[in-house]
Amino acid sequence: MKTFLARRLLLLVPTLWVIATITFFLMRAAPGGPFQSERDIPAQALEALDKKYGLDRPLVEQYGRFLVHAAVLDFGPSYANPAKEVREILFESSAVSFELGAWALLLALLVGVPLGVWAATRQNSAVDYAAMSAALVGVSIPNFVLGPLLVLGLSLTLFWLPPALWTGPSSRVLPVLTLSAIYVAYIARLTRGGMLETLRQDYVRTARAKGLDERRVVMRHAFRLGILPVVSYLGPATARVVMGSVVVEQIFAIPGLGRHLVNGAFNRDYTLVLGVVLFYAGFLLIFNLLVDLAYAWLDPRVELA
Amino acid sequence: MSPARPESLWGDALRRLRRNRMATICGLFLLVLGALCFAAPWIPGLADPTRPDFDLGASAPSAAHWFGTDPLGRDLLARVLYGGRVSLAVGFVATLVSLLIGVSYGAIAGYRGGKVDEIMMRFVDVLYSLPYIFLVILLLVFFSKSLLMLFVALGLVQWLTMSRIVRGQVLSLKQQPFVEAARALGATDMRVVFAHLVPNTLGPVIVYATLTVPAVMLQEAFLSFLGLGVQPPGASWGTLLDDGRKMMTLFPWLVIFPGLALAGTLFAFNFLGDGLRDALDPQSRRTPA
Repeated sequence: MKTFLARRLLLLVPTLWVIATITFFLMRAAPGGPFQSERDIPAQALEALDKKYGLDRPLVEQYGRFLVHAAVLDFGPSYANPAKEVREILFESSAVSFELGAWALLLALLVGVPLGVWAATRQNSAVDYAAMSAALVGVSIPNFVLGPLLVLGLSLTLFWLPPALWTGPSSRVLPVLTLSAIYVAYIARLTRGGMLETLRQDYVRTARAKGLDERRVVMRHAFRLGILPVVSYLGPATARVVMGSVVVEQIFAIPGLGRHLVNGAFNRDYTLVLGVVLFYAGFLLIFNLLVDLAYAWLDPRVELA
Repeated sequence: MSPARPESLWGDALRRLRRNRMATICGLFLLVLGALCFAAPWIPGLADPTRPDFDLGASAPSAAHWFGTDPLGRDLLARVLYGGRVSLAVGFVATLVSLLIGVSYGAIAGYRGGKVDEIMMRFVDVLYSLPYIFLVILLLVFFSKSLLMLFVALGLVQWLTMSRIVRGQVLSLKQQPFVEAARALGATDMRVVFAHLVPNTLGPVIVYATLTVPAVMLQEAFLSFLGLGVQPPGASWGTLLDDGRKMMTLFPWLVIFPGLALAGTLFAFNFLGDGLRDALDPQSRRTPA
């Protein structure tokens, strides 16, 4: 257990280094630069800008300097918005993105898991078919269509909720719903599959034979293992929520990390893009580690090595 | 699954799949839709999807234009069918790329085992933790927004799970007597892996591939939303939907028809994938399909 943790934490560093290196050189290999635009900028001004940000130095030197600074989370100022440090932007916008993502995942779990258990305990009944068909429809609608539909119905027609921005509690509702729909559906399907698998196992039969009532068998005995597919999905799900939030942040004009990434990429804002990518990668790595720990805790047969 | 008579597995699976009425309907639906999209350029009477009719403008569905027209007066039915060519092609090509890389990679890692396996799978772990959609965005923004780039970028990020599935299968299969027999008969490593082991992993691989196609199509739509998908005047279901959602209140048919096409296809692929999993999973053989 201790060696497992130590190994995984040690692996974090080289992993982040690989990601940083790929992103750095990918960005530099691309044509264009942060200060090139449609307007004609005098060559001297461009030179001066490049010099100011060290872009005139050899690439290897820039890379070295970037690594040293990145190690202490210092990515420098954003090229598109030099008044702000990338670090500041990251802290501000990540708070927004995490809140959005956390609510969406929480909602997906709170709705998806009970729905899946319910469907599994009534396999091949009308309830089961209805729930699973609804879930399949859920995974088949792109969120950039679902979002505008919700806005059209709930805010532009019924005037219940604000259609965009991230200002008060009521502005949270639509983005969270839009982001979580697909995960509700997916988690319900996974839960159902896991529960069906577990309910046919011998130890569940033993629990039933012992005379336990069905509720206890399902909730205490089968649930703990039946939920495992969902637990191992939480790692990839978080990664996908991140991706989905890029879209949702665009639809609802929410100032989160995803918006900065897309805008940063279009603007060739090197420092901002590197900062966002590394920040996300670090977060995902740590989250995946936590998921593995949770997995081992739920399933005593799993050994962490 | 019995390596001695592989036909029996497929015959059996096909029978069980056919008994699953919903999965069969979904499969037929996909075949018909795929054929229509593919044959679009040769369908007589189908309008040119790029020819504008400025006098007409956006018109609701009618006898002349079954799906209506967009603000430039282009026939939406034609645009949906031609868009389907692109969306389906993206789904299939990217899945094929992921199959080729993932299956070979996973099979070699699983067969070699030991240090090689350890290093190869660590590498997959590293790639897994990449916020890969960012990589796709970066690739498309920085290099080119061409269709080829879209294929490559999406295929490159899809092979990871495939390689894990195949590796797991190969790890357990390589202990079996038929592998030892093949080796004893002097088969080279390449032959053992690709002629004996890989064919036996096809069940889970096919199921996963069926589920990868809709996942990739959804990602293509997602990239279209960010303006990184197919560039005009070309169109995919994703770009049609993205255009349509902007005019949803004025011309609802512009979002309804492409939306139905995409959602229907994704739904059918997912259902078919589930059906295939049930049909190919020996465990579920005991329960009625």
